[in-house]
Amino acid sequence: MTTPIATSQTILVVGGGISGMTAALEAAECGKQVILLEKSPTLGGRTALLYRYFPKLCHPVCGLEINLRRLKGNRNVRVLTLSEVSRITGERGNYTVEVTVSPRYVNENCTACGECAKAVAAEVPNPYNYGLDKMKVAYLPHDMAYPLRYVLDPSAVGTEDAGKAKAACKYDAINPDMKHEEMELTVGAIIWATGWQPYDAAKIQPYGYGRYPNVITSLEFERMSDPHGPTGGKILRPSDGKEAKNIAFIQCAGSRDENHLRHCSRICCMASLKQTQYVREACGEEGKSTVYYIDIRAIDRFEDFYQKVRKDPSVRFVKSKVARIAQESRSGDLILHGVDTEGYHRYANNHDLVVLAVGMAPPVKGVDIPAEILADSSGFLEPGSSIFGAGCASGPLDVNRSVQHATAAALRAIQVINKAAGEEASV
Amino acid sequence: MNELNIKYHNNFLMEVEENVEEGKWVKMCMQCGVCSGSCPFGPHWAHPPQELFMMVRAGKRADVLNSDSMWMCTSCYNCVVRCPRKLPITQIMHGLAAYANHLGMAPKTQPTRDFSLLFWKNCTRTGRVNELRLTLGLYFNDGFMAGIRKGWAMRGIGLGLMKAGRLNAFELFKGHVCKDRKGVHAMLKKAAEIEQRRKHPAS
Repeated sequence: MTTPIATSQTILVVGGGISGMTAALEAAECGKQVILLEKSPTLGGRTALLYRYFPKLCHPVCGLEINLRRLKGNRNVRVLTLSEVSRITGERGNYTVEVTVSPRYVNENCTACGECAKAVAAEVPNPYNYGLDKMKVAYLPHDMAYPLRYVLDPSAVGTEDAGKAKAACKYDAINPDMKHEEMELTVGAIIWATGWQPYDAAKIQPYGYGRYPNVITSLEFERMSDPHGPTGGKILRPSDGKEAKNIAFIQCAGSRDENHLRHCSRICCMASLKQTQYVREACGEEGKSTVYYIDIRAIDRFEDFYQKVRKDPSVRFVKSKVARIAQESRSGDLILHGVDTEGYHRYANNHDLVVLAVGMAPPVKGVDIPAEILADSSGFLEPGSSIFGAGCASGPLDVNRSVQHATAAALRAIQVINKAAGEEASV
Repeated sequence: MNELNIKYHNNFLMEVEENVEEGKWVKMCMQCGVCSGSCPFGPHWAHPPQELFMMVRAGKRADVLNSDSMWMCTSCYNCVVRCPRKLPITQIMHGLAAYANHLGMAPKTQPTRDFSLLFWKNCTRTGRVNELRLTLGLYFNDGFMAGIRKGWAMRGIGLGLMKAGRLNAFELFKGHVCKDRKGVHAMLKKAAEIEQRRKHPAS
């Protein structure tokens, strides 16, 4: 891999999800040089793992495809996958960024024919389906992967699978001898678009995630509903593989809670309302969804969608935060205990499957970034003067608002670059 | 008594904030219901904590203070641990109970209240808890004959305790006392003064 030439007039975008892609493209289409850094082997981030968007229930593939098309047609963006920032030094207009590039073990010759995946035997948990199924050690992350190139999992290197994959490849694309690379970039402005992490649901002890197999997170449910997902679009209970028909959605699983995440994650109400429609789609009139909530926060134009779901006879709303979940050991059914706020009735409701609408946690830190970068009390980036947060790195946002936010971040970065260019010209 | 007949007191939340321990937290409740659902005694209360807080906010003064709900709290702290807003729910329950008692509005036959008063009288008199008198006091709370019956039913345990040296019958007449009895009384008096001053800083 050649080290890209960067100058103080280059913008670095860290994170290749929908926010990072948008920020990089908006800046590049203004004629600026951009380096887009992504930690995983593919762009697309968590957006690529969604089944549908709210409120129109359209598919993310569409928006991603437009962005990838823009990316392929633009010479100003250099994409570095499997790359992580390890250190940033310098100041506004003149940063030195140290980057570690992990080996993909597959070079540019790859045509994504898939012969290597057929050849290898070993499997690893599939992170693109949140570990719900397994994938081969030679894999393509997902159908929307960019660059469209296979990856050899590091666990396969040094085993006979690496040799098998190499032998199966007709294009001499597999090279198990690739090494880690270090590189140093000089950039003028940095856009931090590192996205979000689902809150670790196992920490919400009374809900039993991790102990009860039929308690899953909203992200796992999203993958399950996807026809390209691990269950082929069927909503199946992890304990016995039976189709789930009576599904509970628990809101604020981790959010708005001083013991977990103190902020409201903003997207989960809409996400659960959307997912009740997946249940209707999969099970028809037989499907029953019950939403347990503190308040439904469907802001501005989303109110229409909320009202539509309210009218749906297959969806029931219970105004209560569930206190505790118990499991019926023989059937694997779950019993939700609590007291509802509308009348203070004590309930113990049975459900086949429980979906926890987990909150958005800020990305895990661990990068040595300059001290002037401030985070709010939840760990999201505060608007700064030199390094700009874009999308969910700065707070919980849906895709639409992430794109708006990323465009704003691109504009801020362009201002820094223009100023740096002006100063250089006047010297 | 006319006051009691009025159902709603609009300034009751303020009254609670001023007079009840940790009362200032009541307004922070967001009515999620986790406390009520987590309470092991939940099904036995007339009003779970979440409802009590809403009643305070709605100004249902008599209904709250006459209620025996807060007296049912066993201080297990399950609600405090789980409350998403970290409200000191247990403390507020005890605060409400103490305030209701102070106003003379607490239910007269509430066993928790009876025991609390008995315990307080017993331990502040000498500075030490006289276990024998406390137990007998509790037995005879429901009347003389009921006390005799209860004592007779428990005689085996009592004799066992005596044999093991854990119970001394003479404690009934002259129990052992705290060395500085007067000091304890002076301390309690001072504490009451400080509490009074805190509530009415002007006087």
